[in-house]
Amino acid sequence: MHSITPLLAVLVSLAAVPFIILCRKRPNARESVTFIAAGIKLLLVASLLPLVMAGKEVGITLAPVLPGAPLALKVDAFGLLFALVSSSLWIVTSAYSIGYMRGLDEHSQTRYFCFFAVALSATIGVAFSANLFTMYLFYEMLSLATYPLVTHHQDPEARSSGRKYLFYIMGTSIALALPAMIIAYQQAGTLAFSPTGFLAGKVSPVMAGVLLFMFIFGFAKAGIIPVHSWLPAAMVAPTPVSALLHAVAVVKVGVFSILRIITGVFGVDLLRGLDLGLAVAWVAAFTIIVASLIALSQDGLKRRLAFSTIGQLSYIVLGLALLSPKGMTGGTLHIAMHAFGKITLFMCAGAIFVATGKKNISEMTGIGKRMPWTMAAFLVGSLSVIGLPPTGGFISKWYLALGCLQAGSVALLVVLLVSSLLNAAYFLPIVYRAYFKPPTEAAWAEGRDEGPAAAWVPPLITAACSLVLFFYPQPFLRLAQMAVASLFGG
Amino acid sequence: MSEQYPALVVIGPLLCALLVSVAGWLRPRLCLPFALLGLGISAAASTGLLAQVLTSGPVTYRLGGWAPPWGIVYQVDNLNAVVAALVSWVALFNLAASYRAVMTDYPEKIGPFYTLYVLAVTGMLGMVVTGDAFNLYVLLEITSLTGYALIGLGGGRAPLASLNYLFLGTIGASFYLLGVGYLYIVTGSLNMADLAKLLTPLYGSLALLAAFAITLVGLWMKMAFFPLHAWLPNAYGFAPSPAASLLAPLMTKVMVYVMIRVMISVFTVEFILQEVALSQFVVWLAVAAMVAGALLALGQRDLKRMLAYIVVAEVGYMVGGAWLGNKLAMTGAILHIINDAVMTFCVFLAAGCIYQKTRGTAFEDLQGLFKKMPWTMTALAAGALAMIGVPPFCGFFSKWYLIRGGLEAGHWGFVIALLFSSLVNVVLFFRIFEIAFFEPMSHGHGGHEGHGEHGGAVALAEAPLSMLLPLMAAALGLVALGLATGPLVEKIILPIIPAGLG
Repeated sequence: MHSITPLLAVLVSLAAVPFIILCRKRPNARESVTFIAAGIKLLLVASLLPLVMAGKEVGITLAPVLPGAPLALKVDAFGLLFALVSSSLWIVTSAYSIGYMRGLDEHSQTRYFCFFAVALSATIGVAFSANLFTMYLFYEMLSLATYPLVTHHQDPEARSSGRKYLFYIMGTSIALALPAMIIAYQQAGTLAFSPTGFLAGKVSPVMAGVLLFMFIFGFAKAGIIPVHSWLPAAMVAPTPVSALLHAVAVVKVGVFSILRIITGVFGVDLLRGLDLGLAVAWVAAFTIIVASLIALSQDGLKRRLAFSTIGQLSYIVLGLALLSPKGMTGGTLHIAMHAFGKITLFMCAGAIFVATGKKNISEMTGIGKRMPWTMAAFLVGSLSVIGLPPTGGFISKWYLALGCLQAGSVALLVVLLVSSLLNAAYFLPIVYRAYFKPPTEAAWAEGRDEGPAAAWVPPLITAACSLVLFFYPQPFLRLAQMAVASLFGG
Repeated sequence: MSEQYPALVVIGPLLCALLVSVAGWLRPRLCLPFALLGLGISAAASTGLLAQVLTSGPVTYRLGGWAPPWGIVYQVDNLNAVVAALVSWVALFNLAASYRAVMTDYPEKIGPFYTLYVLAVTGMLGMVVTGDAFNLYVLLEITSLTGYALIGLGGGRAPLASLNYLFLGTIGASFYLLGVGYLYIVTGSLNMADLAKLLTPLYGSLALLAAFAITLVGLWMKMAFFPLHAWLPNAYGFAPSPAASLLAPLMTKVMVYVMIRVMISVFTVEFILQEVALSQFVVWLAVAAMVAGALLALGQRDLKRMLAYIVVAEVGYMVGGAWLGNKLAMTGAILHIINDAVMTFCVFLAAGCIYQKTRGTAFEDLQGLFKKMPWTMTALAAGALAMIGVPPFCGFFSKWYLIRGGLEAGHWGFVIALLFSSLVNVVLFFRIFEIAFFEPMSHGHGGHEGHGEHGGAVALAEAPLSMLLPLMAAALGLVALGLATGPLVEKIILPIIPAGLG
């Protein structure tokens, strides 16, 4: 069905940029622009929900730039799920950004809000891309839009992190993903995602294997080891950037790209026939375990969260690579569940930094007295990421575990369980230290002071969402099930 | 009127050059308007010509009514119609942007500058539309001589660079002339279409091979194809900025056009692929050009010189594409003529804007430029993304066709070199952006300036509007060209790809 709504949903935040610049002298007006754009974006995305739920595919072709690979948007259940997560969390993050950026009196806030808006356009663009070319376009747009956000502080540390960021993200996309895409086009004559995969029956087994791994490592935003180390480096960015982009938008764009590669480019049957799904699953399993082990030893809270993210992203890849309906549902659902959990954790880390200036876990002893609500949100976020009830993370982990069994791989199930233990081992001590140990800072014993409300209320909201999602995981579960059902012909 | 378009494209600026030259003596203030008039006429005529060629096929224009092969004809098909439109529009935009730079740098040479400028463009347009091999030589010399003079106007080492260019350029042009001489000896004709007919029975003759090889070397010299590139970096690096942003985008591209024209209209692709059988060698030279251009660019500490070496690499893209010997690669090469002209124009004009405000383009002059010149830097970023090959900027699409051509030919060296050059471009441009964004380095936590977008140490000092507007047009043109790739390839380029290409 032809519709302009997906295009508007992509463009609305881009269109906000000139207004943000115009209002640069009046911060309140400027941030209102962001809120209005974020609100409209969510409404536009949500307005597509009934159509997609009814099984319709909505799309638009913008420019016939390459034969068989036009600049085109198409909304399906996968894309809508991701777009819903990103656009709803943008609103929360915008509120949080105000608390954080003003709380720390950061410089160049206009630039910050501009590039944030551009990044959101690119994210929705990836979600709604109808073919690999369009997705690559928005993927690169996101890489470039986040560079000024990662290097926001403009100091030597930011510069070296920015280099690392570019080296991994742009380097792999040009050196691996781009040639893989061109070879795929050369073979198939099209790049349009199809439920059975456009490469099915068009490539030799060896070439399929090579292309698959060129894509998986070429979309380095997914953070699969060994192309992961840009993510810890990117923690130098202001925390709202880490929260929305490096827990939700950017990294999920990476995983979402891999999702499209597995489901739309290769297709379940091709991968299953060549046993490539299992190969990818083990690469992901390796990442899950190694990243969790590294996370254990990190004292910087944001760095620990970053390594946790690397592990959790591979859960999604693992779930998809299982090629079993339950596993793929779990992986897709984990995009949403992990987003709500991890963004909570990052926002808590930022709230602690704003209120106390502390970045390291070892300095947060007894902070539960000072910031009880923040740490409560942190607890809920941790439970969700570990995958314990009563949080949304449990649902996606449950499906992932079922998926392992459905695919007949007990070994991968063991990986999931071991990793959950490791997750608990690196998160729960933080909560324990915060609540049950006496404060090291004398001022913290005096009572509650959580800093600006705009910094600690948003994580509470997302934590509450995580709780709600346990009892009512809709519309995400429905979308994930529909999306996966479409791959298995029904 | 419309049947006179081919003549107007060249005669318009030629006559106006005369007016500009006279105005230079009497009323220097009138030089720019006359120059604009001249190039405006060619821009309008070449656009009309393109529309005409697209609707009703190739146009043959007999200058003075003399019949070929004795008279000079202008032979215009899709390929040169689009290149002529490109040249005249880029030259016109650059001319509009040149006003302030010429006023500040050469207030006493306004007349000579604009006369030379318009003559140089006349020569280029003539080379593009002509269907006569000897006439092409004459026009090549017009462009070259005016080009040497324009470059020599610059300060510092510019006269020396220009002299160096003159020596090598003259050798190149002489080679071309010698090649044409051989062709004349064996056929007795100078008209390209006529030559093509007369040459067919002669394929296999050594004289013909020699003629082709000599012509080719001459053209390579003029387009700075590695390893014959030595004149280019200094010439474009030291040239006055308005001259650099005219010659760097257009001169090499026009020469690549001439090479392709000679390959497909004087000779045939069958001849080139089978008789000459140098494709492998030439493509490897192109690979060397891409790699060497990229590496040499990495060694530069000055924006303009860095860009000049990127031009060397880009010539490798186009020559390689033309010689890979398949439709896709040739499409890529022709598309890249168009795209590269606009993106090179964009980055050189941005460098000109920077020079206008900072009086230098060495890396240390670029500090704080994102704060100081946000618009210029935005345009430079757009140009950089096009050169790196990020969609939807146009550079991506020509690379797309070139890589596909390389894959189809099974030439992995070419594909890898192209990707390598793209990656080096990331490094090259982000090195510039790092300097402009991070330096002068603030210490500590991001240099608190409150909410101040206006409290920074670096004040806003943007280039004059007369430069910014053409620059913005070029930057937007990069996206527009990229999005127009579909029709551009299908309607303009594919119809003229010779059927002999696989």
